[in-house]
Parts: sequence; structure tokens; C-alpha cells
Amino acid sequence: MNQTSAIIEIRDLSYAVGGRTIFDKFDMDVARGRVTAVMGPSGTGKTTLLRLITRQVRADSGSIRVAGAELGALTHAEIFALRRRMGMLFQNGALLTDLSVFENVAFPLREHTRLDERLIRNLVLTKLQAVGLRGAAELGTAELSGGMARRVALARAIVMDPEILIYDEPFVGLDPISKGVVLRLIRRLNDALGLTSILVSHDVHEIASVADAVFLLSGGKVVAHGTPQELQSFPSEVVKQFVGGLADGPVPFHYPAPDYYGQLLARDGAP
Amino acid sequence: MNLFADLWASMSDSLVRLGDIVGFLGRIMLQVPRALLRFQLIVDQVYNAGALSLVIVMLSGLFVGMVLGLQGFELLQRFGSEQALGTAAAIGLVKELGPVVTALLFAGRAGTALAAELGLMRATDQLSAMEMMAVDPIRRVVAPRFLGGVIAMPLLAAIFSMIGIYGAQLVGVQIMKVDAGSFWSQMRASVHLIDLNEGIVKSCVFGVACSLIAVYEGYHAAPTAEGVGAATTRTVVTSAVIVLFLDYLITAFFL
Repeated sequence: MNQTSAIIEIRDLSYAVGGRTIFDKFDMDVARGRVTAVMGPSGTGKTTLLRLITRQVRADSGSIRVAGAELGALTHAEIFALRRRMGMLFQNGALLTDLSVFENVAFPLREHTRLDERLIRNLVLTKLQAVGLRGAAELGTAELSGGMARRVALARAIVMDPEILIYDEPFVGLDPISKGVVLRLIRRLNDALGLTSILVSHDVHEIASVADAVFLLSGGKVVAHGTPQELQSFPSEVVKQFVGGLADGPVPFHYPAPDYYGQLLARDGAP
Repeated sequence: MNLFADLWASMSDSLVRLGDIVGFLGRIMLQVPRALLRFQLIVDQVYNAGALSLVIVMLSGLFVGMVLGLQGFELLQRFGSEQALGTAAAIGLVKELGPVVTALLFAGRAGTALAAELGLMRATDQLSAMEMMAVDPIRRVVAPRFLGGVIAMPLLAAIFSMIGIYGAQLVGVQIMKVDAGSFWSQMRASVHLIDLNEGIVKSCVFGVACSLIAVYEGYHAAPTAEGVGAATTRTVVTSAVIVLFLDYLITAFFL
């Protein structure tokens, strides 16, 4: 991967929480202008990785550079300045429940700019049009379906014209139609707005259709990376298990437990 | 020995929590100047904490005043000094019952609503989403709610005392036939500014304490259903204990 084209560079990242190591000497590059997917079994720290990239949490050691800035060295104000150049779509949308759809999308504009009300209105309507929900502008957040809420959140995430757009599990809990809509939006927004998109997901098929590059994480390391096609034929048991959706393999089906028969036949009623 | 160890552990836990709460107050105060620029947000919160608590505060004030009128009359009659009912009711309400009962009601009505709202915002990632939009939730969400509570609480206490005095008058003068002239003139002659000040200081301090506890508990709620429930419960319990404790301190200070 070309070094100069990377918008996010992670080197030697280590992070542990509650005594459990999530990342150990972790390296990753995210190319500018592409859709990059981060995949992996549940509990491998995909969402934690997003939180590290956005510095919602701090790394224990190592370096994370986002758009040329070393995250560990930034002050609180500089982090906020950097975050204005990023948009993030949370798993459930995370819309502000006391505001309407329109006000949710207008929220970053009202907080960060002194734009004229007419201009705000037009900007918000343009972004809502892009996600197909201009007609829902006056609805309350409680009136939205899961897919609609995520599209509103997407409109909110792009209203400040970010350079990097981060999606945390964008397909979870969506019906096939909404999934297709969100997929198409991810691709279209990325290409039309010249964004860099990072997706965290475990939907193998959806990722294969949208991502330019895939990183497969397991046990705090990148076990494979490449295009979705390359990953299909990657010579690794973990990759095969994950891509093929096999119940057992290097990632065990069973949570560690004492001997099965021994436990069933044990006399004392201990669980 | 174990008992002492447990006692010490729980005491030190409480002290650590108290330190956290005071630190949180510091973080809010740093954001207050910028929060004041968005005055409409604070006005909304005064409405939420104040106007929406008005009915329960007024009803309670009326009944507390009426009970005070009845009990006061019964007691004062034994000494043949039922004309002092006005003074007794006013002093009791303005200095003590007004601020304390209002604070307890405020914690139960507005404090729990605040804690649950913030806790749910935490649980549904709304606070994280704000941070990701480079908006400090302390400035945008916590500070206006805190200030709204701080402004609303003394106003509610004043209304409580006013309605309470009317309630005492209702029972004492209208039903028990205490002379209306002496009821009011004795009240005017013997309730001094210092008594009023004590009530005002108390209601302001309780307003800060109850609002702070509510936003602290809500903001730090565990992001689960149980977490939000526990945060609302802790809000009421802690507020009640702190209010009664502070009440003693302030009363002792004013004597």
C-alpha cells in the first residue's frame, strides 16, 4: 500500500482494557478516497478500533495518525477540531431524541457555524434529499424505522462535509431493502463527496459488494487484508472460517468451560 | 475488625464519590459562560424543571400550610397565644418547610427526570454522538440542565411558602377563627429579613445540590436499563440525605 495515500496510519498500537489485551502491536493503513472495511468475529475489538481512531479512548502505546495528525499529541480542542473533519454513524443512529429529523441534521451546523437560517434549511434539505428522506424532515425521531433513523444519522454525519466517514455496524438489524439502500448510499457518498469511508461490520456479503479493501481482525491482529475477492481465497483457517461462516475452527464455538461429562455427573450442585 | 474495615471502605467510597461530584461541578462551571450564550436552552430547562413541577409543589404547599395552621393553632391555643399563628406558620414555612420540602419534591419530580433523560442519552450513544460531532455534552446538555434546576428551585420554594402561608391562613383564620388582623400584623412585625434570607440561601444551596446530583448521576449512569434505573434511585436517595444534612448546617450557621 502506498504510504502517501494513507489517511489513517496505525503503528504498533497496543490497547488493553480491564487487564484484557485488545490490540497488541497492531498495524493498519486506511487509503484515502476508498471504502475500507474492518471485519472480524464479535469481540475482536472492531468498535474499540473506531473509538481509538476517533480518540474517544486513548491508546496505551503506539501511534495513530489521522490526516497527518498524531492523535496522542493532540489537545482536547485539537481533537474537537479534527472531529469536525470526521463523521461517524453509530450503530443505532444515536439521533438526539428531543429534536426533529430536520433539527438533528441541522444540529452540527447550529453548533459550529453562524449560517443564515435559509442556508441551514437548504443545506439540511439537500442532505436529507441525498438519503431520500426530505419528506420526513418534520417527523420526530420516534416515528422513524430503524433503517430511516440510520439514514437520518447518515445525513447528519455528512452535513459538515467531512473527509472521513466512519460507519459502526451499518447493516445490523436492517431488512434487505434498507440494507441495499444503505449499501448504495455508502458507495455513492464515498465517490460523490470524495470521502474516505471506514466500515466496521461482519456482514461478509454486504462488505464484498461495497468495500475496496478489507482488513480481517482476530485476536488483536490483522490476520488478512486485501480486496474482498482476495480474501475469499486467502490461505488461512481463520479467514476461511469467517468468510464461510463455519461454526467451529480457530475461533471456537464453545466458550472455555470445564469438562462436559464431569460437570454433568458432579454431585454437588455447583453450576 | 471486619466491621470497621467495611465501614471504612464504604466511607472512603462515599468520599471518593463526593470528590467526583465536586470535580464534575468544576467541569460544569467551566462551561457555564459559554452555556449562558445559548440562553434559550436554559429557559427550556427552567420550564422543564420548574414549570412542570409547579402543580405538585403548589398542591403540597397548600396541604403543608393547612396542616401547619391546624397543628399550630392547636399548640398555640394551649398557651392562649393563637394570634401568633401567622408568625409561626410564616417562620416555619419560609425558613424550613418551604426550602426542604420543595427540595425533596424537586429531587423526586425534576431530579429523577433529569437523571433518567441523561442516562438514556448515555445508553443510546447520544452523548458519544455529540462528542463525535465535536460538541461538548457538558456545555450543550449538562450545563443548561444544571442551570435550569438552579434557577427553578428557589422560585419553586418561594411559591411553596407563599401557597403554604395561604393554606395556614385558610385553616387558621377562615375555619379556626383566629383574628385576621393579628394573624397578618403579627406576621409582618416578627418575620424579619434575616428569616427570609435563610430561606433563600437554603433554597439556592438545595437547588445546586439537587441539580448537581441529578446531572452527575444521569451523566455517569451505566449504559443499560438497570444502570438508568439505579441512577434515578440514587438521585432521589442522595438528594434527600444531602438536603437534610445541609439544612442542619445552614440552620446552625444562621443561629
